[in-house]
Amino acid sequence: MDFPSDLKYTESDEWIRVEGDSATAGITDYAQDQLSDVVYVESLAEPDQDLAKGDPHSTVESVKAAADVYMPIGGQVTEVNEALVDSPELVNSDPYGAAWMVKFTVADASELDGLLDAAAYQKHCEERES
Amino acid sequence: MAYIPHTDTERSEMLATIGVKHIDELYEAIPAEVRFPDLELPEAVSEMEIMAELQALSEANLDVSHATSFLGAGAYNHYIPSMIDHILRRNEFYTAYTPYQPEISQGTLQAIFEYQSLMCQLTGMEVSNASHYDGATALAEAVILALNQHRLKRKRVLLSATIHPHAREVVRTYTQGMGLDIVGDEDCNVGPDQLIGLIDENTTLVAVQYPDFLGHIHDYTAVGEAAQEAGALFCVVVNPFALGMLKPPGEFGADIVVGDGQPLGIPMSFGGPTVGIFTTKDKYVRKMAGRLVGETVDKDGKRGFVLTLTPREQHIRRDKATSNICTNQGLMALASAVYLSVMGKSGLRKAAELAYHKAQYAAERIDGLGGFSLWNEGPFFHEFVVKCPKPVSEINAHLLEYDILGGYDLGNDYPELKDHMLIAVTEMISKEEIEDLVAALAEVDHD
Repeated sequence: MDFPSDLKYTESDEWIRVEGDSATAGITDYAQDQLSDVVYVESLAEPDQDLAKGDPHSTVESVKAAADVYMPIGGQVTEVNEALVDSPELVNSDPYGAAWMVKFTVADASELDGLLDAAAYQKHCEERES
Repeated sequence: MAYIPHTDTERSEMLATIGVKHIDELYEAIPAEVRFPDLELPEAVSEMEIMAELQALSEANLDVSHATSFLGAGAYNHYIPSMIDHILRRNEFYTAYTPYQPEISQGTLQAIFEYQSLMCQLTGMEVSNASHYDGATALAEAVILALNQHRLKRKRVLLSATIHPHAREVVRTYTQGMGLDIVGDEDCNVGPDQLIGLIDENTTLVAVQYPDFLGHIHDYTAVGEAAQEAGALFCVVVNPFALGMLKPPGEFGADIVVGDGQPLGIPMSFGGPTVGIFTTKDKYVRKMAGRLVGETVDKDGKRGFVLTLTPREQHIRRDKATSNICTNQGLMALASAVYLSVMGKSGLRKAAELAYHKAQYAAERIDGLGGFSLWNEGPFFHEFVVKCPKPVSEINAHLLEYDILGGYDLGNDYPELKDHMLIAVTEMISKEEIEDLVAALAEVDHD
């Protein structure tokens, strides 16, 4: 199970990578493992749309569930990942890389303080397994 | 699997476990005065006597084996091939429930898959669900699909006035409280071209009926194009029997095709059960409601069938599901599938052509009668409207004296069509029966 140290995480299994005032987000390795085979990803967001922390930006469908994916912090959407429409399996094979879901401009950087670092998130996952 | 009832010992054990002495104690929440009411039933009679009594009761009803019916308006007297009953009454189909466990339901699943495939072929569309309750609810689900496709940002729904009045009413019932603006059906004289003028960028769905409620066959190509240009979805409500002869909506730009399957081998049965047809394009499949059967292979590579795309459904997606529908009309869908396979492409065409030609003949004969005139101007399929010299109810009372069931009183739904009768002619009607109708109508007083 992967928990890249350069990312921040939410308790609802989203990750965020911040570079300056741009951010990229998706779902974690733990999440894709729990969902099992992802068959469909639907983007609910559009470029230029403002979304708050906790607003859903995508829906992920696997063979056993349909789950909303939430913004880890608020921002204005700049790009959504079109590749996931034809290749939803990327979520399972490369959740932190090719399966990024949304890119956005950060609205309030202080919201990052409320997120988990890799170690805390890993602990959070282990607690749920026991 | 044998049914094994509880033994008295098991009953005592269960009661002891829950601390109850006698089963009557479990009914104590019901007030004593209504707990075990006196049913005042008549004395029991023998099976022989009750059969005679029920037989007499049933003969008090007039049915289409004892009357000639010219009544349509959504439920039609078509010939039902005997093959259908033979297959429907097989226990495996008759008692089958929803096929959640594919390993013991391949028969049901394949039957539904065949039904879906046939509906796609008939309508010219890419995907069909396992069916809805009836044509009216299928139309309501089409509205809901469109609303969800537009993420609830568009709230205007255009319904043609010549869609069946019941279907339009069901759409309004289904969507009450959703803040929709359902327009377009205030005046039955609003034709397809005028409907185009009502399409705007807030329109989510434009729906028309084909043939329409008044029998007309319209060319809706321009309506479809206008809907597409405005980003709205285009839905066509069909009579599947008419598709034996008419161009399927998939070939003139429909996004969704819905309809009532009663004409395909299902008896009228005083209004139901029937089956709701719902077909659409692949790109909308994830917003489509209802069950969906898919074809796949098992672990040994053998073809098999399963319920698929289940994350659409409310037991998985919960409040995010687009509909609460989690069932289908299995037995009636099977009936329509058997009907189509028994009739075949050429049989269906032949039946549709017979109905069409007999209707044209009947219309011509009635149009020639004093006091009656054909209201339709353009081409019609197997139903047409006749302006009558007297109220429709009076004419129908007269026709009943000859064991003829007259047509539908359009004044019920369209104030501008008071004293107008909607007459349906199916392949079951003979030339003699048409002449009998004409002769009876000729007796009606007119000025």
